[in-house]
Amino acid sequence: MAWRLCTRMRLRRKGEKVGENLMQNWQDEFARAVLDRTLPPPPGVIAPNTKGAQERFAVYRNNRMVSLLGALEARFPVARKVVGDEFFKAAARQFIAAHPPRSPIMTFYGDAFPEFLARFEPAQGVPYLADVAMIEAARTRAYHAADAKPLGREALAAVPCEALTDMCFVLHPSIEILSSPNPIVTIFAMNWGELDLAPIIDWHGEHALIHRPEFEVEVRRISAGQAAFLRNLAARNPLGTAAGAAHAAEANFDLAGNIALLFSGLAIAVTSEGGSIPA
Amino acid sequence: MPFGQLPLRAGASFKPEHFAAISAARQPVAFFEIHAENYMGAGGAPHAQLRFIRENYPLSLHGVGLNIGSGEPLDRAHLARLKHLWERYQPESCSEHLAWSSHGGIYFNDLLPLPYTQASLRRVIAHVDEAQNGLQRRLLIENPAAYLRFEESTIPETDFLEAVARATGCGLLLDINNVFVSARNQGASPQAYLDTFPLDLVGEIHLAGHFAAADDQGEPLCIDAHGSPVIEDVLALFDRVIARTGPLPALVEWDNDVPRWPVLLAEVSKVQERIGLAAMHKDAAAA
Repeated sequence: MAWRLCTRMRLRRKGEKVGENLMQNWQDEFARAVLDRTLPPPPGVIAPNTKGAQERFAVYRNNRMVSLLGALEARFPVARKVVGDEFFKAAARQFIAAHPPRSPIMTFYGDAFPEFLARFEPAQGVPYLADVAMIEAARTRAYHAADAKPLGREALAAVPCEALTDMCFVLHPSIEILSSPNPIVTIFAMNWGELDLAPIIDWHGEHALIHRPEFEVEVRRISAGQAAFLRNLAARNPLGTAAGAAHAAEANFDLAGNIALLFSGLAIAVTSEGGSIPA
Repeated sequence: MPFGQLPLRAGASFKPEHFAAISAARQPVAFFEIHAENYMGAGGAPHAQLRFIRENYPLSLHGVGLNIGSGEPLDRAHLARLKHLWERYQPESCSEHLAWSSHGGIYFNDLLPLPYTQASLRRVIAHVDEAQNGLQRRLLIENPAAYLRFEESTIPETDFLEAVARATGCGLLLDINNVFVSARNQGASPQAYLDTFPLDLVGEIHLAGHFAAADDQGEPLCIDAHGSPVIEDVLALFDRVIARTGPLPALVEWDNDVPRWPVLLAEVSKVQERIGLAAMHKDAAAA
């Protein structure tokens, strides 16, 4: 009796293992067939009539592709405007094939799209495309970044002047600084409706500050000095170091003015070496 | 007795583009439902809007990424995100799908079907148990929209869902548009499906629009598009269900080609009217 029970249990466990393996296998085949349009539908899927299985299986392929294209179109409307719908779709399809989503959080799908565009051979004739897409990717991240109360001017008054150079700052979590050899902030603003579309005669590099003070994301053009200043602060270098880098990048960098900006929106905390001062 | 704590009235999908209209004045909507994965960022406008909704209306969290129907283990990180969202907003209801959406590290951004076998039943039960234990709350599991069947299925979908619910204590989310779409696509009867559905386990109903077409063999092929009004055939099935159950929380889903708020609100009102009629008939019958 005990022997029969053990055998039944052993066979049941084996059956369960076989069942589990079968479950994995059908799913492998289904997943592969959804991803690869050249494959036939997986074996074992049936429709009211046999020929219908191909078209019905295609619904899953189409749903997936249409929704992923939609996600990229929604996240990169300016890049799409710059190159046109057809080119954008073709680039997006290749991106989707090479970099399918790896997370159910579709909000951030496309973080790797700017880098893809930078290496995308057909886009080499539009050298600013990848950098404009970088602004758009940063905008999404800023939109969803954590909320944080910025330092006010009273916090500046609380810091002794002579101690300022050694202070480190925590910037607002939405802040990103981007730099490009192309006038990407101007191009972005023109396509976003903030500036009139016009030929850009004086073509030079620009630096962008992406920041979400409350709910709306701002994309502002900043100087080389400001970019160096904020990058250094974001790396938790003290103010003195950041100021040095800023002056090296820009001879007439306005340190006082930019310190004031830190205390009116850009920073959320200021810390002295080895401790922290409440905001 | 319905599962969950949503009001036994009509609710609406919350879309950010409707926030200005919704927040301007109290709306005749019993509850709002959001897609959980859209609120897994850290802050900003999405959470500010969700806070307002939470403070003023009952809230339903509807997930699409938990991958309950998969042969692979649940994504514990995603379960933790769902738990964090639930703890942050304390919704009246939390639901997911009898489907899979990830495999081999790739997220498919769609709800994919599974065969209904003893093996898959064991797997789904284990996943629902794990999810409910992780969340420390009961889930509602939604029936899928099917475009095809699996040869190896040995268990009818209604029996499968009932078995999952009875084994795990979860409730069911009855999507009547999905019932209609699946039946049309498989040449089956939606009424027969509903007649065998364990209605006593239903905690919420979904109603939505679909895109009706035909395959190249001329057979009906309906796509669960969620981009149009609920058709009368689906509302008639809804009437049939609530005639038996009495009023239930009923959500009008509209996720694509989202109309202006007054249009969606009119759909909600239409559904509420049907619920009201069902309540009256039930009261009259009981008297």
